Amino acid sequence: MTQLIQIRDVSKIYERGRQKVEVLHHIDLDVAQGQFLALMGPSGSGKTTLLNLIGGLDSPTGGSITVGGQRIDNLGAGALAKWRASQVGFVFQFYNLMPMLSAQRNVELPLLLTKLSGAERKKRAAIALALVGLADRASHKPTELSGGQQQRVSIARAIVSDPTLLVCDEPTGDLDRQSAEDVLALLRALNRDHGKTILMVTHDPKAAEYANQTLHLDKGTLVEQAAA
Amino acid sequence: MKYLHLIWASLFRRKTRTILTLVSIVAAFLLFGLLDAVRTSFAEAGQSANGAQRLQTGSRLSFIQTLPQSLGARIQQVPGVKTVTYANWFGGAYQDPHNQVFSFAVAPNYLDVYPEMSVSEGERKAFAAARTGVLVGEGLAKRFGWKVGDRIPMQSTIFPDKSGSKNWVFDVSGIIHTTDTKSAGWFDQMMLLHWAYFDDTTPYNRGQAGWYVTQVADVNQADRVAKAIDALSANSDHETRTQTEQAATASWMKQFANVGLIVTSVMGAVFFTLMLLSGNTMMQAVRERTNELAVLKTIGFSGTSLMAMVLAESVMLLVLGGVIGILLAEPLIPLISKALRGMIAPSPVSLASWAEGIGLMLAIAALVGALPAWRAMRLNIVDALARR
Repeated sequence: MTQLIQIRDVSKIYERGRQKVEVLHHIDLDVAQGQFLALMGPSGSGKTTLLNLIGGLDSPTGGSITVGGQRIDNLGAGALAKWRASQVGFVFQFYNLMPMLSAQRNVELPLLLTKLSGAERKKRAAIALALVGLADRASHKPTELSGGQQQRVSIARAIVSDPTLLVCDEPTGDLDRQSAEDVLALLRALNRDHGKTILMVTHDPKAAEYANQTLHLDKGTLVEQAAA
Repeated sequence: MKYLHLIWASLFRRKTRTILTLVSIVAAFLLFGLLDAVRTSFAEAGQSANGAQRLQTGSRLSFIQTLPQSLGARIQQVPGVKTVTYANWFGGAYQDPHNQVFSFAVAPNYLDVYPEMSVSEGERKAFAAARTGVLVGEGLAKRFGWKVGDRIPMQSTIFPDKSGSKNWVFDVSGIIHTTDTKSAGWFDQMMLLHWAYFDDTTPYNRGQAGWYVTQVADVNQADRVAKAIDALSANSDHETRTQTEQAATASWMKQFANVGLIVTSVMGAVFFTLMLLSGNTMMQAVRERTNELAVLKTIGFSGTSLMAMVLAESVMLLVLGGVIGILLAEPLIPLISKALRGMIAPSPVSLASWAEGIGLMLAIAALVGALPAWRAMRLNIVDALARR
């Protein structure tokens, strides 16, 4: 299987005033294309930091990160933004939708960075919404949707530009069990049926069961690798 | 253009706050439109084409100092002078001292140098024949309900008659119609009486003229003629200052009140307050949206795009409010003219005023949007998403 993500000797140190906190210690990790990987671990173990580094939201203090053959640890802010726009879809715990925009407009946001026409953007957003089962909620504002529906809109936004990699930070952390299972089933379908590589940070072992591999982080170190 | 809906939606994310800020901007630019119209009309007073052909000669010391009547004949001898006339300020009020009337005691040939004032031949003759006759502007006649043949009592705020009474009586001989729209407000409210009657009646004048008005044969020679007129009185006890009617009016207006400075000061205070208010709105709006801006950056929007979007939001807010404000000023300008009893006729908001207004909107928008835009550009995604 082709390796989509290669992480070599990655460390991350945060400076908070005079204090230096090493959040990740010399991580090595390979993630194959098409994998659904769950990252687990206690709070402060470095899960989200690792996810942010892989998603190009942050840069490592040391080591290298290659995604889809592209070294991203040495890219500048502008190049990294362009890379994220085309290669990565993000799903957050609290959905992070624009409250003043309809579901349709929220999903269209990443397409504003492309050269697509307005009509084409609308069409693609409608397809993405249909894919997550919310075609009939296109004109609704986030406040008019349930938590599960909002998370599905956020997944539609993450996949609308057809990225290779989906990065999900606690996607079910704010949902009830039924909605969480719906969202996880959707992610699994995106992985199985559409070949999306998914990296998911979770505290929930039940959520991790949907992944085909689970990694555990503790105090910034990968401690265990479990295949589903 | 494709970001327009996003900018618009962000602007009205907090509807009440944005609408209240917009109302303030509308009010500020409405005031700008109205005051600028007043300032322009003051600046344009005496700027008619005919005004360029006329020179005004007054005392070098002060406009309240008078000049000897003999000076008129000497001015007439200056090469390039076509006609000379003179006038005195009368300072009349009708019924109530608040009802001030622009009233002047004028020489018999006064109307000859003012083609903007049109009086019918019959009424002109009647005026010439009646010692106590007056010509009144159409607007003034309407204001007090005067008609030809009426006997009107006036009170001079300055000049008494020989018995010491400031009450004067005049007969309306004719109505002045104006032919120049720019100066219409001025002539429309004017009252002209005979200088001879004025001079005979008040013991205060004694053959003095308040100022001379000279019509030059060639506008291009006006400067030379003005210098020659002033040379006539050089080193005398009545040194003169001659300038074009336009400059004289502007100078007179400045002695009356520096309208430009007043307008600039008022607008400066208004726009300073507006800057604080809209600046606060923009700062709050961006601070509240830190998380949303971080999400946009996560999706792939660059720092520069976010900066441009926040600046565009600021521009949209200011331009929307500003344009509505100036547009609202247009129908209100005639009401100001009414409130000022037609003494000035503010013109509609000119293209120059629009350009100045839009320039102000853009400058204020750039100033109030700069800091939040810079913050949006520098936003750290990880910190913002973690709400640090």
